[in-house]
Amino acid sequence: MKAPTNWLDHRTGYKKLLHETLFENVPGGARWRYVWGSTLTFCFAVQVITGLALWLGYSPGAHTAWESVYFIQHEMWGGWFLRGLHHFTAQAMTVLLVLHLMQVVIDGAYKAPREVNFWFGLLLLLLVLALSLTGYLLPWDQKGYWATRVATSIMAITPVVGPGLQQVLVGGSDYGHQTLTRFFALHAGVIPGAIAGLIVLHVYLFRRHGLTPKEPRRKPDAPFWPEQVLRDAVACLAVLAVVLFLVVRYHGAELDAPADPSEPFSAARPEWYFLFLFKLLKYFPGGTEVWGAIFLPGLLLLVLAVLPFLGKWKLGHRFNVGFLWAVLAGATLLTWLSWKEDNGNPDYLSAVQAARRDAERVVVLAQSPTGIPEAGAVTLLRGDALTQGPKLFARNCATCHRYGGDDSLGGQPKDPPSASDLKGFASREWLAGLLDPATVDSPRYFGGSKHKGGNMVKFVKEDVAGFSAADQAQLKQALAALSAEAGLKAQSVADTRDAALIAEGRKQLASDAMNCTSCHKFHEADENGGAPDLTGYGSRDWLVAFISNSAHERFYGTHNDRMPAFGADQKLSEQEIGLIADWLRGEWYVAGTR
Amino acid sequence: MATPHPSFPNPRRDFFAKASAVIIGAVTLVVPAVSGLLLFLNPLRRRAQAGDAVRVASLKMLPENGEPRRFPVLATRDDAWNRTPNVPVGAVYLQRIGAGEVRALNVTCPHAGCFVDFRADRKHFLCPCHNSTFALDGKVLDPKSPSPRALDELTVEIRHGDEIWVEFRNFRPGVKERILA
Repeated sequence: MKAPTNWLDHRTGYKKLLHETLFENVPGGARWRYVWGSTLTFCFAVQVITGLALWLGYSPGAHTAWESVYFIQHEMWGGWFLRGLHHFTAQAMTVLLVLHLMQVVIDGAYKAPREVNFWFGLLLLLLVLALSLTGYLLPWDQKGYWATRVATSIMAITPVVGPGLQQVLVGGSDYGHQTLTRFFALHAGVIPGAIAGLIVLHVYLFRRHGLTPKEPRRKPDAPFWPEQVLRDAVACLAVLAVVLFLVVRYHGAELDAPADPSEPFSAARPEWYFLFLFKLLKYFPGGTEVWGAIFLPGLLLLVLAVLPFLGKWKLGHRFNVGFLWAVLAGATLLTWLSWKEDNGNPDYLSAVQAARRDAERVVVLAQSPTGIPEAGAVTLLRGDALTQGPKLFARNCATCHRYGGDDSLGGQPKDPPSASDLKGFASREWLAGLLDPATVDSPRYFGGSKHKGGNMVKFVKEDVAGFSAADQAQLKQALAALSAEAGLKAQSVADTRDAALIAEGRKQLASDAMNCTSCHKFHEADENGGAPDLTGYGSRDWLVAFISNSAHERFYGTHNDRMPAFGADQKLSEQEIGLIADWLRGEWYVAGTR
Repeated sequence: MATPHPSFPNPRRDFFAKASAVIIGAVTLVVPAVSGLLLFLNPLRRRAQAGDAVRVASLKMLPENGEPRRFPVLATRDDAWNRTPNVPVGAVYLQRIGAGEVRALNVTCPHAGCFVDFRADRKHFLCPCHNSTFALDGKVLDPKSPSPRALDELTVEIRHGDEIWVEFRNFRPGVKERILA
């Protein structure tokens, strides 16, 4: 049994190395306070393992980055778990870095002759933060994209070198393929390589100078193995347990909707441990940001770097410890202020909600039979009526119209409605309300428009109000027939079921008894005008034509109220009008359908 | 190798500490390793999918004398996260073998997967990689050929009198049997 190990030892000398590694002296015996360095090495190992595995599935490119991360997250075995592990271990690493720094300073381990190792530690801290910054962009989702734009723009305000530095990092003047290839090379190659090298140097110097014991020593000296190793292992296990809890609790790492430079994203925030810097910037008025973004953090780093020299001064060590606590308290306060401000800000909260909605919707679309086109998943949301409809409506229609009482995004426009509420437009219920003397002149229909005193309102309030029960039954048939013209998806079952009733209703609509055709047209060449054509009422073609130009003689003609000709005047593109029409009609992809 | 340290006079406690350290240390690394390994092995769960027949050409595009012609096969391509309709997913040789009858051969050599050529001058198929030759019906011509089987014939259907529809399949190269790849 000894032979093979001796054979290997003669050729490698591994036993001596192992012995040196395991039997390093721990002055004063094993203690829990010495575990931080090991937990950090452990985290780095986890990041290397999970990072390499993620690399197997990741494709840096503006049309593939989000898509490949989506594939990892939703299609690959345990992909969500792996991403979660990588994401939360990164956060754990930042926390542990701060704990390690605190322990080193409090225990005085930064003092001579350990200055150089302290600087290596600071460099490692910066490199890990750089990993975090570069990794944030890689999924190429809205959050990462906008947050990184902010971060690189801040970098650009650095005097002299800033703009050049930004351009080199971003890979040009705009964000795209090259930004991702560069960030990926930095994140997965350059920075981890530098960190690995520095860890070796850091540990080498640590071994050279030995551990700085916390006085007073409680026990006699002991070797690293096994008591301190056991403590380190337990600490690593505890870190892993916390990380696993977070992974399961949040079901892995978030993936927002794909990056879209044309789609605002007010929910963009950096990772929580950069929030204090983000918040700090708000206190520097325009033109002086460079102080908050560059000089102040730079000064902080400079002070950290000279701690070993300050420590030589009589009260130096106390100052150093106090300084670190003060910085930590300040950062905590700023983080808390930032968090509090965001959570008290309804705009931010609704932006977060909208972001979540888009993030969930794009996954539904990606899993639809159409799948993700080569142009990227960003086109899925751009062409989705459920996503774009409300946004277009709020921006273009909600100044006059409402949708379910608001602007369809939950906002309330400043002026009261001056046109109908379009939720359920052309459905039987909607039409029943329109033909109801009690509601026709309410704000939900014509109440706010100039048609309030028009012929339709007059007809409903005078004629319909006097309808007998038989007339009412006929009206109901007519409305079912009119609603069937729209061919609404939500009503398809009812429309098929009531085919006979609808056929009867079509006759009523065209008859003189109902009196509709004295103003409206219905499936016939008629010269009557001034009221919208009821042929194909509420269908996609009808709605697109109506939105394009409601003042066309097919619709209101000269009786048109304030509605702009969105298509004819090119206020909206054909595609946008189509999206609004589809959304109003409830036509969008629903999970599980074809 | 090492003598028990004087600070641990209790050998049972010493053993317990050593065993726990090793076990706990191993557990902490197993979690990320297994999670990464799963992702690495993910391709194994993808089963070969046999798509429906696709329209490849029309009868009048084939010469009457039975000479093979090569056509790309257009179908929906699922490539990891992308789904692209109507793109080339492979190619077939089509030839008339009678009135209204067509033979379809996959262009891939069953030996190592190279793209075989049709040599009109010698009226046979030639693989450019290891010089395997195949007859017009796909059979291996040279008994010493490294190809384990004939060119893969695919199911053909003539629809509406003129449309040639092919059930396009790729098979695993290097084996005697035809196994869906």
